[in-house]
Order: sequence, then C-alpha cells, then structure tokens
Amino acid sequence: MEMDGGSALLKALEFEGVDVVFGYPGGAIMPVYDSMVGGSGPRHVLVRHEQGAGHMASGYAHATGKPGVVMVTSGPAATNIVTPLADAYLDSVPVVAITGQVPYGLIGTDAFQETDTTGITMSITKHNYLVSDPNDIPQVVHEAFHIATTGRPGPVLIDLPKNITDVRNPQSAMTWTDPVPIDLPGFKPVLDGEPEMIEAAVELMLTATRPVLYAGGGILKARGAAELVTLAEKLNIPVVTTLMARGAMPDSHELNLGMPGMHGNYTAVMAMQESDLLIAMGSRFDDRVTGKVDAFAPDAKVIHVDIDPAELGKIRMPDVAIRGDAKHVMTQMLAAIGTRTPADHGQWRSTLSGWQENYPLAYEDAEPGGRLKPQMVLERLRDLSPEDTIVASGVGQHQMWASQYWKFDHPYTWLNSGGLGTMGYSIPAAIGAKVGMPDKTVWAVDGDGCFQMTCQELITASVEKIPIKVALLNNTYLGMVRQWQEMFYENRLSEVDLSGPVPDYIKLSEAMGCVAIRVEDPDEVDDAIERANAIDDAPVVLEFVTEPNENVYPMVPGGASNSEVVVPPFQQKGTD
Amino acid sequence: MKRTQLSRTHTLAVLVENKAGVLARVAGLFARRGFNIESLAVAPTDERFSRITIVVDAESAPLDQIKKQLDKLIDVVDIAELSLEESALREMVLVRLELDDVAKVADVEALVSGFSGSVLRTRNAHMMLSLSSRPDDLDSFLEKLQPYGIAELQRTGAIAIPGI
Ligand SMILES: Cc1ncc(C[n+]2csc(CCOP(=O)(O)OP(=O)(O)O)c2C)c(N)n1
Ligand SMILES: [Mg+2]
Repeated sequence: MEMDGGSALLKALEFEGVDVVFGYPGGAIMPVYDSMVGGSGPRHVLVRHEQGAGHMASGYAHATGKPGVVMVTSGPAATNIVTPLADAYLDSVPVVAITGQVPYGLIGTDAFQETDTTGITMSITKHNYLVSDPNDIPQVVHEAFHIATTGRPGPVLIDLPKNITDVRNPQSAMTWTDPVPIDLPGFKPVLDGEPEMIEAAVELMLTATRPVLYAGGGILKARGAAELVTLAEKLNIPVVTTLMARGAMPDSHELNLGMPGMHGNYTAVMAMQESDLLIAMGSRFDDRVTGKVDAFAPDAKVIHVDIDPAELGKIRMPDVAIRGDAKHVMTQMLAAIGTRTPADHGQWRSTLSGWQENYPLAYEDAEPGGRLKPQMVLERLRDLSPEDTIVASGVGQHQMWASQYWKFDHPYTWLNSGGLGTMGYSIPAAIGAKVGMPDKTVWAVDGDGCFQMTCQELITASVEKIPIKVALLNNTYLGMVRQWQEMFYENRLSEVDLSGPVPDYIKLSEAMGCVAIRVEDPDEVDDAIERANAIDDAPVVLEFVTEPNENVYPMVPGGASNSEVVVPPFQQKGTD
Repeated sequence: MKRTQLSRTHTLAVLVENKAGVLARVAGLFARRGFNIESLAVAPTDERFSRITIVVDAESAPLDQIKKQLDKLIDVVDIAELSLEESALREMVLVRLELDDVAKVADVEALVSGFSGSVLRTRNAHMMLSLSSRPDDLDSFLEKLQPYGIAELQRTGAIAIPGI
C-alpha cells in the first residue's frame, strides 16, 4: 500500500495494538499530528508538559502490562522526555517514545530545534533508532515494541526526521509492508534457567535454616506474582518485597515481611541481614536495599535469579547464579522441589516474630490539637478506598510512608519512581494508570514539593476526563531533604522551606478543574476521603496539612550497615 | 614510551551489526561504565556485520561485567575473549623517522628487516617504516627505533580473531 511516513507511523502503532498515545505536538512532529486529523490512529492524550507524557506512558505500562507510548517533537520536547526515559530505564518499564527530528538533510547543521536525540538518550534507553527511510517505519516500530517488552523491559526511542513523515514531501512516500518476524541476532533473552543451576538452588533452599526470599520488581515484570506466593508457601520461606516489588505478594500474607532497605521495617531489614540464604528473585542489590555492601547479609549464601545476566555478580557475587525470567525460573524450581520438604525454620520464624512484636512499623499519634500525622492519613486512605486501588506516589517522605503503610494485596497497584527517584512522578503516572485502568480507583500520593513540579497535568486530567485523585501530604517542606539535614547536618536547614504562603493548593487545584478539599482536623479525614472516593467525574485533590517535622523511620543512614538500622525514638529501648 | 602490557589487558573480539551509531554505543558504554579502552579497531566483515577488536584495561573493571554490559547492547551479536596464546593477534604501526645523519639509514634498514618490517620510503635522512606483528613486538621495535628520532607514529590498535 502506498502512503506517507506519517500515516505509516499511525498504522504501525495500531498494528502493535496501541490504544493510547500521550503526547504534545510541535514543528518536527506536525506531519504525524496532521495525519491524526479525522480520528486516525490511537487515542491521543494532550499533556501540559512533555515530562508528564513520559510518566503517563510509564504509569500506563506498569498498571496494564502493555507498553506505554509517548510522542513529542524535536529539540526542547525531546529533552523534556529525558527525565521520564531515564526513569523508565532505571525501573525497567516498557515505553516506546517517538520524537520528531529536523529533516534528515539538516541533521548536523544546528537547525532550529535540532538536538542529537539518539545521542542524548543512548545511555537512558534500552535501544534507539534514527529512521532515514520511511519504508523502514513498520519494521522499526515492530522491533521497538519487541525490544521494549521482551526480556528485561525498558524504554526504546524512535527519532523520525520530518521529511520522511510529511505527506507534502516526496521523501515521505513509502510502500507499507507488514513487519516481518524479528531478526535481531544480538537480542535473544533467555527465559528458562539452566536445570543444574535450578537444582543447585533448590538444594540450598531446602537446607537453609534462615532463608529469605528477596523479591524484586523483576517478578512483576515477569508476571510471576502467583508463582512467588506458591514458592514461598511450598518452602515456608519468608519474603521481603522491595520498593519495586510491593504488591508482588499480598501484605496480608503471613510470610510477607514487607519492605526492606533504607526505610524498610526492622524485621525485613534484619531478616536479610541475619539470613543464611538470600534468594534474590528479580532484584538487583540496589544500594538503598543493601546499605553498606561489605556489611550486607554477611552470613548469607546468595541465589540470584535475573533475566539480565549483567545483574548477576554486579554488586554481590552469588553462590548460584541463574539467568532467566523470574516466572519461568520459579516454575522450574517448584517442579524441581517436587515432594521434597524444607528444613525446619521454627527458630528462624520465632526470631522474626519477636522482631515484629518489638519493632512494628509505628508512629506516635498526633498530640491533641496537633497537626495530622501523615501515616494516619495514609492508613485511613487505605482503609476507606477499594481494596484494589492503584497508588502512584511521588518521591520523598510521603513515598516511603505510602509504601510502608499501604497494604498491597494485588500486584500492579503500586507505582513509584524507585530507581531514579523522580519528584513529580505521581500525578502523571496516576493519570496514565487511570487511562489504562478506567474502572479502578487511582490515588496519587504526593508531596507539596512534588505537586509543584507536575501538577499542571491535573489540567490534562480535567480536560481529558481522567478522574484521578490526589492525596497531597502538605508538610510545607521538602521533607525528605529536611529530615537528612536534621539527622546528618546538625539540623542546618537549607532551602527546604515550602511554607509559602503561596500557592494556595485549593485555589490552584480548582483553577485546574479539580474538586479540592483542605483537611486540617483529624475528624475531617474520613469524611473528605469518602467524598473523594465518591466523585467519579472530575479529578479530586485532598490537601492534608500534616506535621512538618515528622520523620520517616526506621532508617538506615546512608552508607551505614543495615545492622545500624535506626528505629523511631519511642522504640529505642537501648537494648539493641 | 607506553608499552602494551598484554598481561594487564583483555582482548575482546566483538561482532556487531553494521548499524548507524554502533561504534558510539560501544564507546559510550565503555566511557559511562568506567571501563578503560587501550585500543579499538573496527571494520565491516560483510554487508551485515562488523568486527571490533577492543583491548581493555583489565584493572578498570571485572571482565565479566564488561562482557555482560556489552552484550546488553542490541547491536552486539557476539563477544569472544581472545588469549594471546590461542588467537591470531596483530597490530600495525607506521613510523616516520628523522635521522640526524644519513649514514644511519643502513642501520635502520637492518633493524627493520630484523623485525620483518618494511621501509616504505627513504628520502635523505627521513624514513617511513611499517611493521605488522604482535603488539609486544611493536613495542620492542619502537623502543629500538627511539634513539634514531621518531618524528611521528601511528599504531592501529590490535586486531584479533580466534585461533585454530
Ligand atoms: C527532580 C528531583 N529533584 C530533587 C530531588 C531530591 N529530593 C528527594 S525527596 C525531595 C523532597 C520532596 O519534597 P515533597 O514532595 O514535599 O515530599 P516530602 O519529602 O515532603 O514528603 C527532594 C528535593 C529529587 N528526588 N527529584
Ligand atoms: Mg513536603
């Protein structure tokens, strides 16, 4: 079929099953936008800043399991998606980005809005393309989706010079041919683990007396949540779920110890530290989990399973390294275990319950007449919202409290920026998730700092009728930075005060078309949440004015050993 | 003069797809992961593939990580580590000498033929030489030439393929 590159791009997206594109037009991508006139191609969500489009694509991808698509123009628009691409790269999210580029013949001339987009994004994408021939579009798009979604997922960018998409330019003429089967000799992810390695792993798993299953985001990427529960139950092994794996195992499950790491709960942190076997499943020994690496889990043997072989031995040398997809490998492990039964973990389990009893996640209630406690707000939000609510969080103290105090009972209900720690992630990610999962309640848990970075996307949410809800935990500080300044810089506060007096978050939200309610009194919390949950025709912002000086606990100070985990002051009994 | 410390380097033969930017991807990866490149040589082997020989400083990073990170690049098809003993490893050097005395030309000619190199051209006291051999031979060759006055030199970096 004869057509132009711009129409071919839309057809290629439809061919890949894309139902929505988050984007923003501009010079070099205008021909593609022109091809959309009259309703051709997938739904388009017009954002208010390209960064938002990138995070929306990520949020959509994480919530639905389908790749998210972002489309923007060249130059400043391409650089505006650098942050969400880096974010998706570090959190292994399948995103396909389409950027306009100056006409091929002008590349390298410093043309208007020219940036070396493939060069800039080389280190933050799994792969990228600069297309010179419009006939290549169907195959390049097909490959891009394949690469983004296969093996360890990640973002892929396609840079399209304007001359090959513009119907008025003869250089855009192409003949559509359906993509041929993928032929990438350098990209062949391995799904199944080697049987000898599986057996070696299983033997360690059966004989360990203090095992911990260290569950990472790779399990969710592999869609292996069910296998995780089965494996843990079969071997009676306690599980810690990293920040990226929250929801992979229900928090209500008695084997789930919750989140480990810098702000993990005491039991999860100490369980890893004292274990004799760590089964790292789709996790990557991030420094926020290990603390000081040399002092991390000193007595543990390590089984490390990852689809990306470069993760095996990158930080901690495993005793058994298994290259493979977490779901496949866990299925293989279950088969290999057969009817064998694990060693007795009775003593280990009682150690763990002792820790749970002495050091539960806890906070002190607000003084009468005092400010709201953010943890209390999150507990009420959790208890009053549907059980399968999707929560997207920003970055800061509120993120850690959300991860700690929410009870995730379903996979893919927790979205956050784990690897890059991108402030401003929550609102656009929540919008993307809601677009993909319109029947679910989607709450963005945001900080006042984060809110000011990407709140303009609430305009997108209003105009496009994407009724997300935002719980803005306004502590009038860049709280996480303030906490570090308090704890590690002798409370010398430097540029962390957001007390304003502007913006007025209620007026600001209302101006963007949201229903907005400020909550200051503990007695109003439930009512406001219930009202918000009942609204389904507009975005809602609940501003909770919270205790400014609240700190996140437990905490492993940066660079310290996990054994030095600091519990909240009221739990410090001087025995540890 | 810097010597090629073959014992402290790894030689990787990397087969890549001939796609635009593939060299930038490989070089960029080495730079951002902090792997030091000693030398790099690249040319197409056919329409579809190119072979890159990279000599890396073994001390800058564990070889295993270097190989695995390289392998993550979509355009990288195959990576082989080549040992000096088992593989064919060659490098070429071009040298321009400016002798202080025409009488020394004969000495240099003898030296070059001792290494099975070539004298490409001699003009008065100026000589153009070439040698293709193992990198450590090149090192000794250049060391011997040093007293004669090396005006300019260019080494290609090692190229290698697995041995038989
Ligand atoms: C884009 C970006 N800039 C800076 C930071 C550093 N940073 C991490 S948390 C934080 C404070 C976040 O403030 P807020 O959104 O109010 O959340 P809080 O910690 O108060 O809950 C900052 C500045 C970051 N993670 N991302
Ligand atoms: Mg704040």
